Amino acid sequence: MVKLKIEDLQKIKDKHKATFALREGGYRAKITVHMGTCGIAAGARDIMSTLIDEIEKSGASDIIATTSGCAGLCSREPMTTVEIINEPPVKYGDLTDEKIRKIFKGHILEGNVVEEYALVIGSETAY
Amino acid sequence: MQKYRANLMVCAGTGCVACGSLKIKETLKAEIKNKGLENEIQVVLTGCNGFCANGPIMAVFPEGIFYQKLQPEDIPFLVEEHLLKGRPVEKLMYKEPEKKIAVPKMNDIPFFNLQVLRALRNKGMIDPENLEDYISRDGYQAAAKALLQMTSGEIINVLKASGLRGRGGAGFPTGLKWEFCSKVKSDIKFILCNGDEGDPGAFMDRSIMEADPHVVLEGMIIGAKAIGASKGYIYVRAEYPLAVKRLQIAIDQAKESGLLGENILDSGFNLDIEIYQGAGAFVCGEETALMRSIEGKRGMPRPRPPFPAVKGLWDKPTVLNNVETYANIPLIILHGAEWFKSLGTEKSTGTKVFALTGAINNVGLIEVPMGIPLKTVIFDIGGGITKGREFKAVQLGGPSGGCIPRHLLDTPVDYESIMATGAIVGSGGMVVMDNFNCMVNVAKFFLEFTADESCGKCPPCRIGTRVMLDKLTDITEGRGQERDIELLEDLSHDIINTSLCGLGQTAPNPVLTTIKYFREEYESHIKENWCKAGVCKKLSTFYIDETVCKGCGLCMKKCPSDAITGEKKKPHRINQELCIKCRSCYTCCPPKWRAVKVGPANILAEAKK
Repeated sequence: MVKLKIEDLQKIKDKHKATFALREGGYRAKITVHMGTCGIAAGARDIMSTLIDEIEKSGASDIIATTSGCAGLCSREPMTTVEIINEPPVKYGDLTDEKIRKIFKGHILEGNVVEEYALVIGSETAY
Repeated sequence: MQKYRANLMVCAGTGCVACGSLKIKETLKAEIKNKGLENEIQVVLTGCNGFCANGPIMAVFPEGIFYQKLQPEDIPFLVEEHLLKGRPVEKLMYKEPEKKIAVPKMNDIPFFNLQVLRALRNKGMIDPENLEDYISRDGYQAAAKALLQMTSGEIINVLKASGLRGRGGAGFPTGLKWEFCSKVKSDIKFILCNGDEGDPGAFMDRSIMEADPHVVLEGMIIGAKAIGASKGYIYVRAEYPLAVKRLQIAIDQAKESGLLGENILDSGFNLDIEIYQGAGAFVCGEETALMRSIEGKRGMPRPRPPFPAVKGLWDKPTVLNNVETYANIPLIILHGAEWFKSLGTEKSTGTKVFALTGAINNVGLIEVPMGIPLKTVIFDIGGGITKGREFKAVQLGGPSGGCIPRHLLDTPVDYESIMATGAIVGSGGMVVMDNFNCMVNVAKFFLEFTADESCGKCPPCRIGTRVMLDKLTDITEGRGQERDIELLEDLSHDIINTSLCGLGQTAPNPVLTTIKYFREEYESHIKENWCKAGVCKKLSTFYIDETVCKGCGLCMKKCPSDAITGEKKKPHRINQELCIKCRSCYTCCPPKWRAVKVGPANILAEAKK
């Protein structure tokens, strides 16, 4: 390994920023892929792979992807919920490879809800 | 960079490894591969998470879900449910002792959310064997700042202003120690780290060395710059193999990357660090004995002055600090003295790491702001006393410390307040005892330890602790006499005043504090031949109160010598000829009945009369 200089410390830190955002909770956007039995059967696994691929390509360190159970609207799977910090969550349904790439670019990177694929804005009231 | 959507932080501290966490990691990896998730989910081995009682432990990020007591057979279900389908598995989560409700998130568990992490800031967050993980958490930034932007005087001034005091036990101001040494002129100076943690029940330093070895190196680099040292040694006991291994990996990585060795970070500053393994003598935690041990001689203390800051290792100016002290230093350099002082009390600034053990629900490692009341530590973070029993005393400071009783539970944990009770903060061992403990026996336990570990150089310690131990043994075996308590007190004061080093000067503390707070127990041993906790075999008779016994038969089943007889639902009896006084019946009798009683040794003879 080469001898480190002071500027290398920051470079290493930047390189791992995404990993530590994940562990420390410092992320801006969270995309939940619903992976109930219905979601998996409808192709949620592929949606997740595409999403991870997109996050990787974007080089962003403040976007995380995670899974959760069935969202309750099984006929519209695969579904995702996109949560940008300080904004209400948006649910997207009937996803395909192409749609999730569009949502990633439009909503997550550029901040505009992709209305044509959006099912609902906001979430159920929980008690 | 490979992008993962989840990080599984599996604890690989000594405690969890002993519970099988490495097997858990292997099973996890296999199962993740099996489900085709290996490119999405990363498994990381971390240092001690702190919640040792519930190991093996794993935290899942980004959600921060906390799993405990994992077994390999739980893993396939966990991977399928949580990692694939996103449904956290409730049955593997922590449950609050009385409520039985699962608490999914680590930060919602009282054990974790009442803590403030500074010295332990990287525990469970980094892979201790990965330098880049450490750097990603601001590692070596403080060393860079100290080496490239600060003078020795500036470093010392920040340290002095921060009020940081040595975390090894004595609580001497670190900045002052560094200042003394920096003013001594010498061709070579040494910077040492004391990792010879020897108190029974204490594992603060081990955890830091295992979980975050680079922070120790970084603290030492800053100290070396402040005093002008070019050579360092970390003295670690050989009984800490995992700490030694991870420190060695860290040293090798730092050397390869130019963070140790010559011209560190292009600053022109040189420092070499080596590990020295101690053979486990308790006295080698004393600074002058530790230095003799590194010199290759028998570990024995010598009189001070001259202090090590002037004449230390190989008679050269030397600074020795404890592991936890070093772990605090990079943060002080980065964030400043005011930031550091924002926690703690006026004279005890910052936080302190404690090892909670004994009769407490949440055994583990914690870090709390100085000044927090003892009862918050024991009942909120520690989760209270096990088996629904009563708190009796907490022992702080190991063999040099003392026992603090129930009525002093409001005492804030800071150097001065704890000292006022007769105990010491010490290095941070906190042993909690319930009402099934005999305090005379507890004092004897610690005296056995110090008498054994006394190096033998000075007579007050060598002979004095032995005489005290003999007296305590007499008292616990029914040979106690009037005035023994006063004799113990006199001896204690003489040993404290005349011993050469800290070992002897503090060895009588457990005896003095137990006499101070539990004198009636000593008296009942001596005058009534009665150990009311039923610990001292020769001073107790176990019998069943037939008016209370419900005849549940539990004690009969537990009794190893078949001394208990009785019919179901009718009061049982203990045959005294067969009883071996193992306490099984006494400890298993349900608290709501408490039918098994402890009487004095001669209760039968008295009754016959």
